[in-house]
Amino acid sequence: MKDTVEPYVTDDGRTIGGVLMDMRNITLRFGGVEAIKDISFDIREGEIRAIIGPNGAGKSSMLNVISGFYNPQEGEVWFRGEKRPQMRPYQVARLGIARTFQNIALFEGMTVLDNIMTGRLTHMKSGMFWQALWAGRAEKEEVENREKVERIIDFLEIQAIRKTPVGRLPYGLKKRVELARALAAEPKLLLLDEPMAGMNVEEKEDMSRFILDVNDEFGTTIALIEHDMGVVMDLSDRVVVMDYGRKIGDGTPDEVRGNQEVIDAYLGVAHD
Amino acid sequence: MTASARSGPDSIPALLARNVAQHGSKAAYREKEFGIWQSWTWSEAAAEIDALAAGFLTLGANLGDHIAITGRNRPALYWAMVAAQKAGCVPVPLYADAAAEEIAYALEHCGARFVVAGDQEQVDKIADIRDQLHELDHVIYLDGRGLRKYDHTHMTSYADLQKAGRAGGNMAEIEKRTAALGPDDKCVMLYTSGTTGRPKGVVLSNTNVIETSKNSAEFDHLRPGDEVLAYLPMAWVGDFIFSIGQAMWTGFCVNCPESAETMHTDLREIGPTYFFAPPRVFEQQLTNVMIRMEDAGRFKKWLFDKYMAVGRKIGPKILDGEPVSGMERFRYRLADWLVIGPLKNTLGLSRVRVGYTAGEAIGPEIFDFYRALGINLKQLYGQTEATVFITQQPDGEVRSDTVGVPSPGVELKIAENGEVFYRSPGVFVEYYKNAESTASTKDADGWVATGDAGFIEEGTGHLRIIDRAKDVGKMASGALFAPKYVENKLKFYPDILEAVVFGADREYCTAFINIDLTAVGNWAERNNIAYSSYQELSQHPRVLDTIEAHVAEVNKSVAADEMLAGCQIHRFLVLHKELDADDGEMTRTRKVRRRIVEEKFDDLIAALYGGQSEIYTETEVTYEDGRKGKITATLAIRDAAVVNAGKVAAE
Repeated sequence: MKDTVEPYVTDDGRTIGGVLMDMRNITLRFGGVEAIKDISFDIREGEIRAIIGPNGAGKSSMLNVISGFYNPQEGEVWFRGEKRPQMRPYQVARLGIARTFQNIALFEGMTVLDNIMTGRLTHMKSGMFWQALWAGRAEKEEVENREKVERIIDFLEIQAIRKTPVGRLPYGLKKRVELARALAAEPKLLLLDEPMAGMNVEEKEDMSRFILDVNDEFGTTIALIEHDMGVVMDLSDRVVVMDYGRKIGDGTPDEVRGNQEVIDAYLGVAHD
Repeated sequence: MTASARSGPDSIPALLARNVAQHGSKAAYREKEFGIWQSWTWSEAAAEIDALAAGFLTLGANLGDHIAITGRNRPALYWAMVAAQKAGCVPVPLYADAAAEEIAYALEHCGARFVVAGDQEQVDKIADIRDQLHELDHVIYLDGRGLRKYDHTHMTSYADLQKAGRAGGNMAEIEKRTAALGPDDKCVMLYTSGTTGRPKGVVLSNTNVIETSKNSAEFDHLRPGDEVLAYLPMAWVGDFIFSIGQAMWTGFCVNCPESAETMHTDLREIGPTYFFAPPRVFEQQLTNVMIRMEDAGRFKKWLFDKYMAVGRKIGPKILDGEPVSGMERFRYRLADWLVIGPLKNTLGLSRVRVGYTAGEAIGPEIFDFYRALGINLKQLYGQTEATVFITQQPDGEVRSDTVGVPSPGVELKIAENGEVFYRSPGVFVEYYKNAESTASTKDADGWVATGDAGFIEEGTGHLRIIDRAKDVGKMASGALFAPKYVENKLKFYPDILEAVVFGADREYCTAFINIDLTAVGNWAERNNIAYSSYQELSQHPRVLDTIEAHVAEVNKSVAADEMLAGCQIHRFLVLHKELDADDGEMTRTRKVRRRIVEEKFDDLIAALYGGQSEIYTETEVTYEDGRKGKITATLAIRDAAVVNAGKVAAE
């Protein structure tokens, strides 16, 4: 299935399109340390793509390459059929890539609503002058953007905390607010860095449902990093497995599960 | 509005048409969505209802079909009920949080062909039980989120069905069916929560609903400008009468909250003028206020205490229209300005003109607190079979220990064993497909047994309820045993959430107690008591000491009543888990199912009467998603101080 670039329909009725992002022979070094060694994989339109691997495997580095935060020393990043030049993260954001962070990066003193509004920033075009005067295009834009944000609030069921400062929220809800902010940017590609880390079973179930719903309702392509194997296998269409900066597996969850190298990396190999 | 005998509108749809004609451009429904209160006028609502009714016809709805409705309170679901009636069908609202098998029972029992479901959660529940449902034809869902991939051969979205209805050209048939609705036709069928056995489908006629709505609306002078917040389960008869019956009769506006969690915010924004809440909600609000005052600064606390005392003294007098001196009036005005007004505003109760509570007894402290705030909080007594109203308290005659005088049109009589019977225009038609129960509840003359024991107070004519008639029993000594009477006294303590008293045919009474996690947790925090779980907190020696003191106080007050002195609690334990509807220990309306509790915890009861000082127990619990687990605990059993123990035991 994965060898063809023809669009296909999954068992649960979603359409997976052509290649959205193609990573070609990516190598990333920090000084002498090779965090990523010659990795290639693609992300197709409409799919949920997971990157897994043990601690220190280079998953977050990979995500940072996709988001434009790191520029790889070797290799090419292709996005929507074009080779992406070196970019600043805000330029990447304008291309339609949004992300959440492993350690929540929200404005703690601001309300949930204001935090999510910041996600609309790339969609606001009025200048500082009109914004300060709160007139003309600025006012109209604010109303339009607020409407979009309210739909996301409704979607993620966080109406009750709309006006609550983020600092007062429990961890699980903060994660959800971060997802909301990323969604507010209406991304083509959504990057989630360990969306379930530190959550209890119930919060994980909720988050999984939201991720599936986002993918289903908005057709957003999602790339996620996750430790919890169970969650990954249930959620994703295809999985890339990394270990010590190398790619050791790539395929559907079932294929990956049966891969001996993956089993060794996760469960360890007997040394005697 | 004509105050005389009802003429004209014989059905809810007829009332709707009248409202459209009289005040078509006035707001009829509001719902907070996307952070804004969206509203619909009577004309707009009627158009939505027509489209849906016509949509039902495109699915082949026949006269008399049952259409089940399940979901949280939303205008569209209220419209679905009226649309069902317009199509000549009978709406059957179901509890949204009911477990799949409970829903399966109701759907199969009433043979519903269509279900209008609020969202994916409800649709999933129905999908799980679909094989057991032989009559079910089509599911209509309101919120399509997550449902895109579902098989749509027997499923349609609400909006699509309305579209089909608008295009279908069925309006003439709808008008014909609506015009044919008569006073004796079925208006709605509601399943009782059933403290014992299977739920029963109570059939109410148009006359039942409209007559009762008219009488009660006039009793409290409800007006078209009133506002209510619809947040109680739609399957409950009270919500049907408040949000559909009375709303249609008076033409007031029904407001639906954004979600269950935002209820308090929405309450504050709407500021209802007519408000109903079970005692639990008032209790919760009061507990929250008290907890916040405990944490407040010294000056604020002083101000609060001082002016609440003023409020307590003068507020109820002003409400009851008793003479109040100019000085007292001034002091109340000051209290209102400094404390009471802002507090009412915070609670969302600033504009309440008529407030009701019912379902359970309300503690005198709670009752007095709200009356001190100048909120006209009254009690009513009713049941599904009576279309809610049996008795209610008139303005100026409000007390915490009675449930009021017979509602307009209601006759009362007390049987020899103390059971209360009533007869009224609201008396239900029948239990659906259950002639036997109908016959045993309602006699040929239309008198209905309430199942509650009580008496009419001499002088005032107010009804006082003691307990469920079948729960009132005798102890081994022959003394009267009325568990609820004692349980209510216990539950008036904020620390105690729930209590179950045993003692029928026994030598003495014992009790299970559930602590209130919010109140006790807060107390623990302030006293530096560490705990890791509900279970641990419930067994903390100091918590047990506090509860023991409460029990001793209750015993003292019970002993004061000669008839009930035998009901003093000799031994008690604090349960390690909250009684829960998911475990079948309570009904969905949160009434304790005594028999089930008795069976489930028989080991604990044996220990209470066996003289042990502690007991090890294992209990099965059901999680919200239906999975089961087991918790184990060792519970301490305590003796409580009893007044005149010797005399009682000797009898």
